[in-house]
Amino acid sequence: MSERARVLALHGGLLVLLLALHFVLPPYHHGNLARIMVLASYAAGYNIVFGYTGLLSLGHALFFAAGMYAMGLSVPHIGTGTALLAGVAAGGIGAILLGLLALRTRGVAFMIVTLMFAQAGYLTILYFGAWTRGDEGFVIARASRMLWGLDLSDAAHRYLAALALFALVLGACLWMVRAPFGRSLIAIRENEPRAAMLGYDTFRLKLAAMAASGAISGAAGAAYALLFGYAGASFASVEYSILPLLWVLLGGAGTVLGPFIGTLFMFYLIDLSSGVTSAYMLIAGIALVLLTLFAPRGLMGTVRARLWRWLP
Amino acid sequence: MSLLRVEGLSKAYDGVRAVHDVTLDVQEGEVRALIGPNGAGKTTLVGMIAGRSFPDAGRIIFDGRDITRLPAHRRTRLGMAYTFQITSIFAGLAVTENVALAARPLLPRTEVRPAVRAALARAGLQEQADMRAGDLSYGHQRLLEIAMGLVQAPRLLILDEPTQGLSEGEIAEFKALVRDLAGQTTILLIEHNMDVVMALAGRVTVLSAGEVLMTGTPAEVRADPGVQAAYLGMP
Repeated sequence: MSERARVLALHGGLLVLLLALHFVLPPYHHGNLARIMVLASYAAGYNIVFGYTGLLSLGHALFFAAGMYAMGLSVPHIGTGTALLAGVAAGGIGAILLGLLALRTRGVAFMIVTLMFAQAGYLTILYFGAWTRGDEGFVIARASRMLWGLDLSDAAHRYLAALALFALVLGACLWMVRAPFGRSLIAIRENEPRAAMLGYDTFRLKLAAMAASGAISGAAGAAYALLFGYAGASFASVEYSILPLLWVLLGGAGTVLGPFIGTLFMFYLIDLSSGVTSAYMLIAGIALVLLTLFAPRGLMGTVRARLWRWLP
Repeated sequence: MSLLRVEGLSKAYDGVRAVHDVTLDVQEGEVRALIGPNGAGKTTLVGMIAGRSFPDAGRIIFDGRDITRLPAHRRTRLGMAYTFQITSIFAGLAVTENVALAARPLLPRTEVRPAVRAALARAGLQEQADMRAGDLSYGHQRLLEIAMGLVQAPRLLILDEPTQGLSEGEIAEFKALVRDLAGQTTILLIEHNMDVVMALAGRVTVLSAGEVLMTGTPAEVRADPGVQAAYLGMP
């Protein structure tokens, strides 16, 4: 098989498997997987900036929440489809604005600047509690959760919508990393001064990576609110900036499948261990330490290093 | 006509003069060597020419255009290529991808593949094309640097100590490669190895303590007592 065929078979195969699971999974896991697919889309957006471009952002909750609130606040007025697009735009524009400032710094300073702006965003949501309902959040009316005849409060429709989002994001990422744009991002990650000397406008490319990453994060945030019917300030908190980093690290930074595998792994790790003990975060922590020790490239990164060199 | 003109270029780091009032003219098609003892300011000077750092004073004119403040990536697009003194390749990527990354900003999409193949052939790296660049031998990594410069078909190719750490055989191959390019491409060669300088350069500029000591043919430079003193540290 050619490399292209292998890549298509593997990633297409995952999507077919996820579709098949829709028909066989018991309700509990069916619901979990829908949530995982939306969160994995968020992680995939994060992976563009962190995994491919090599920028460690600690502020992506800002874009996830921007998508969530842009969708949640506008949906009663402009309809579901447009509100969803507003969410994507909010994430993308937010990322461009933050990028214009934060990309002037690098390394630790970049982490701190992105973290501070995301915290400012979180506090802004709390400050405008009259509209956002702050920590308490607000429920998105069932009437607003109809999209193209799908009732997204229905479990089956919700799963399929989550799968559609995930498939779209996976396809976009797959296309991107094989296109010249994605390759130039990898060049920046590997050796930014060299990339600049070869004629790449690294600032503009990093800004474009932020925009794409923010738009996908915003889409995931908007979809999350739409599918699960709730928007709240906790999704803008620092925890939601750290989570995609952990998912991507676990799954394999700079791999297209890594974000999904990492999100799945972490979700079920916490789910299973919380059934055994109340100190479930301890188990999650130990698992993270072990993985960092023995598979520092993450699960898919290790698969690529040991088994499938062609993995995008 | 001169392709590159440097006028009164100066740069200091923390009050220490690295380059002082350097004026330099490189003609189209010429192979110009830049030599000088360690710390003479060669790397600082070419760093400013390539756009890695900006001068405190002076002007850089490339092809009639003032590029003193132009960022590095824009200079590349004007036809300037720079190969790093300390090998600076994309170690984690394949050899072909390294060269393709160099080609993409300058060539239309359909021409990238054939240009990469041609550049690899010219540098003698066809057999290593699919290897990870970081797994190449040191000599081959140096050649990959040069292939990345070649694929851009630059008007001015700046080679910063290209033969450093190469074996005798590899140096011979490198000389053949540069001779092959001479005439089509203007080359600015920063070099320690005097045999290479004497064999390749049309003219040589000698830097000492950040200033131009002299410019002349290899034979003139070799015979100059001032140059000998600068190298040997004698008055």
